[in-house]
Amino acid sequence: MNLIQIAIPIQAEPEASIGLQEKIGFAMLTFGIVVLVIGATGLFNSIPLLYGLASIGMSVVGGFVVTAAQLRDKLPGIKNDGIMFSKLKRRGLAGWVLGVAFTGFYVLLYWYPAALTHVIHSVDTLSLLMRNKPADQWFLYGTFYTAAVIIMGIRTIAKYRNSKYQLYRTISVVTAQLLFAFIIPAMLIFFNSKEFYFHYFWPLKYDVLFPSTLKGLLASNSNLVVFMGFWSVAMTFVATPFLTYYLGKRWYCSWVCGCGGLAETVGDPFRQNSDKSLAAWKVERWMVHGVLVFVILTTSLLWINSAYQGEVLGEWSYTFSKAYGFYIGALFSGVAGVGFYPILGSRVWCRFGCPMAAYLGLLQRFFSKFRITTNGGQCISCGNCSTYCEMGIDVRAYAQRGEDIKRASCVGCGVCAEVCPRGVLKLENK
Amino acid sequence: MNVVVIGNGVAGVTFARQLRKSTDHQITVVSAESTHFYSRPALMYVYMGHMEKEHLKPYEDWFWAKNRIEILNDFAQRINLRKKHVVLANTAPLPYDVLVLATGSKPAFFNWPGQDLQGVQGFTTMQDLDRLEINTKSCRQAVIVGGGLIGIEVAEMLRSRGIEVSMLVREESYWNTVLPPDESTIVNAHIREHHVELQLNTELRQIVGDDSGRVRGVVTTDGKIIPCQLVVISTGVRPNIDLASSSGISVVRGISINNNFETSEQDIYAIGDCAQFPDGRVEQLWYTARHQGKHLAGNITGKVTPYEREPFYNSAKFFDIEYQTYGTVPADLAGIESATWKSENGRKFLRLTHQYNRVCGFNALGIRLRSEVCLKWIAEGASVEHVIEHLHQADFDQEFTAVVKNIRLHRSVA
Repeated sequence: MNLIQIAIPIQAEPEASIGLQEKIGFAMLTFGIVVLVIGATGLFNSIPLLYGLASIGMSVVGGFVVTAAQLRDKLPGIKNDGIMFSKLKRRGLAGWVLGVAFTGFYVLLYWYPAALTHVIHSVDTLSLLMRNKPADQWFLYGTFYTAAVIIMGIRTIAKYRNSKYQLYRTISVVTAQLLFAFIIPAMLIFFNSKEFYFHYFWPLKYDVLFPSTLKGLLASNSNLVVFMGFWSVAMTFVATPFLTYYLGKRWYCSWVCGCGGLAETVGDPFRQNSDKSLAAWKVERWMVHGVLVFVILTTSLLWINSAYQGEVLGEWSYTFSKAYGFYIGALFSGVAGVGFYPILGSRVWCRFGCPMAAYLGLLQRFFSKFRITTNGGQCISCGNCSTYCEMGIDVRAYAQRGEDIKRASCVGCGVCAEVCPRGVLKLENK
Repeated sequence: MNVVVIGNGVAGVTFARQLRKSTDHQITVVSAESTHFYSRPALMYVYMGHMEKEHLKPYEDWFWAKNRIEILNDFAQRINLRKKHVVLANTAPLPYDVLVLATGSKPAFFNWPGQDLQGVQGFTTMQDLDRLEINTKSCRQAVIVGGGLIGIEVAEMLRSRGIEVSMLVREESYWNTVLPPDESTIVNAHIREHHVELQLNTELRQIVGDDSGRVRGVVTTDGKIIPCQLVVISTGVRPNIDLASSSGISVVRGISINNNFETSEQDIYAIGDCAQFPDGRVEQLWYTARHQGKHLAGNITGKVTPYEREPFYNSAKFFDIEYQTYGTVPADLAGIESATWKSENGRKFLRLTHQYNRVCGFNALGIRLRSEVCLKWIAEGASVEHVIEHLHQADFDQEFTAVVKNIRLHRSVA
């Protein structure tokens, strides 16, 4: 080796990368969660406003501080750096802990709400203000859900701010959650009307077209409530096929739906964990269409039963619908759907369990102008599209053959097109 | 028939897959680099933590057995032309009726003093990825020698880990042997925006090591000393012809082939980066390797037709700026006219080239163009006026981007 001795100056250590602002933000977030948990003992029952501000309020502000800090000094563009090294985002210990925490929360919410009795006081003030009545576990859940969607929505916007599609889509899905799932239902209660979620339709909101519910709505003295009945029928049977024909299922799944809203915001850091194998796709098709069949059967049975004044099926159809509510509504969409975010990716429910997704998917696959277009032969098979597809679609398998992608499960989030380093993919209605 | 492919890159694998579609031949693909086919351009994303090695496989592992393509993770040492078999490092010689060499390329090193030191490497293989992981364990500063596509990708990779990067580029502007001045200047600025010390008009004189044989700095031809713990050589690649030349197959720069991919020896073909056509050209792109593999499979199963290159297109990404090129856009624009547009922030750029008012090429930075439309216009020789008026048809940006439809191209004064 031809070595010569040259004095080479030793340079100073580069500065640590985690900034002060992030630390402060994380500290606030942690503080808020700790206060919230301590409150479960009932310690803060006498000071609900302060409890709410110090727990949820503090967490929300902390979340903003962290998000804002992570934006600094970064040029717009896809930055997925280090995701596969992350213990949180790539099924490491932190991911599992978070998964267990999410799951645990849902278990408490659905089966042991008594454990949350005191925590509910943290949103008492807000509930009185918005609904003119004390909070319950569902209002607590709604507040958590909406706050998480907003904070993580801002993170999503920051991350994908190079793309107008992502910007508009995220604003839409966050606004839908805030308005249709939080503010409007609260206002309806405030004005003594019926609590109603305008953005959930049959078959996702399966009971809205059950005979008892629908007849109840249509028979109401209130015009608004009658409108809710018509709205439900029209959205399912008119608007959904119409919009899906022109736009694909994305108009709902990644622009409006609350489950989608959570997946696209809180779930975004975990999207890479969805299973892309052919085996998973097979399971998915059986399960999701199975659930759709289940809802259709349940609803039909109830209508048949109703038509014959309950003489044909007796109690059985009621039992059937209860079973659906428990297994699909609670166990699947909540516990598995959100609880497993860090492990199975952000769209477990949407992919394997949501009957609305199945219905929209069938329309999209066989009756829609929507597709993801592949740009000629430019695919380099890198795999970013497949890796970051939250629905577990092996996008690359199509792109590298130069084929357009027309899959029932695609929710049109557009991230495959964002992460493509060669500009190969484009969501289109044509 | 017994078909053996040496190399499981995109050329070899495309050939094997296409051959399987229309024949029942026994197909064996030999590779020392990796057991399964993976996407080489995506190696960078593993280092950056966007993906894991597993994600780089375009086909699931069951695919190969299902399609009866035998994959053999072994090193082909020599070809016995007389006995028609390939001598392998670890297993018995592999007989062939047809042999396809798809051995790719390897980094070009130019005998710099110190190039064998620990911490000096290229970046083209899975092994290079593993090596880079080791070499950057306690690395704070790195020097990249050479611009080009691998150089800028490695710069992006190293910056993602917070490593200080100096990039030595021989030319006066980044990749200006391929990019016209406007495009090259935009990329220069963007490289610097990512805090890379871009040193133009600068070449490597030597690499300096410490007593243990580890790199600790480089000296440039103008005598500048840059301390570093890693040197990545990205001064281009050359065809990997070792196996062919040591086995007595004719080679020049690459393995010599005719336009039917036939080498100097009976029943032996060469495709992809390693092959050199009679006109002296070597095609070293992902897309060309794929086309060649497909074309050769067609030649072997059906009527032999000479390979013709598809209309030219290519793409790359310079940090955050995507780049697409179609048709004829030479670095030296002498004799070619342009119409150009540049965004206010300077990160988006479009060039349309034309001769005699017929459109002949496109260069796009930060804009996605629709390949089908651009290639059609070029093939038809569409008029500049037509293309300018219908430019929105070539828009392939995500919805709502609204860049292409608002582009106002300025025709340069000839």
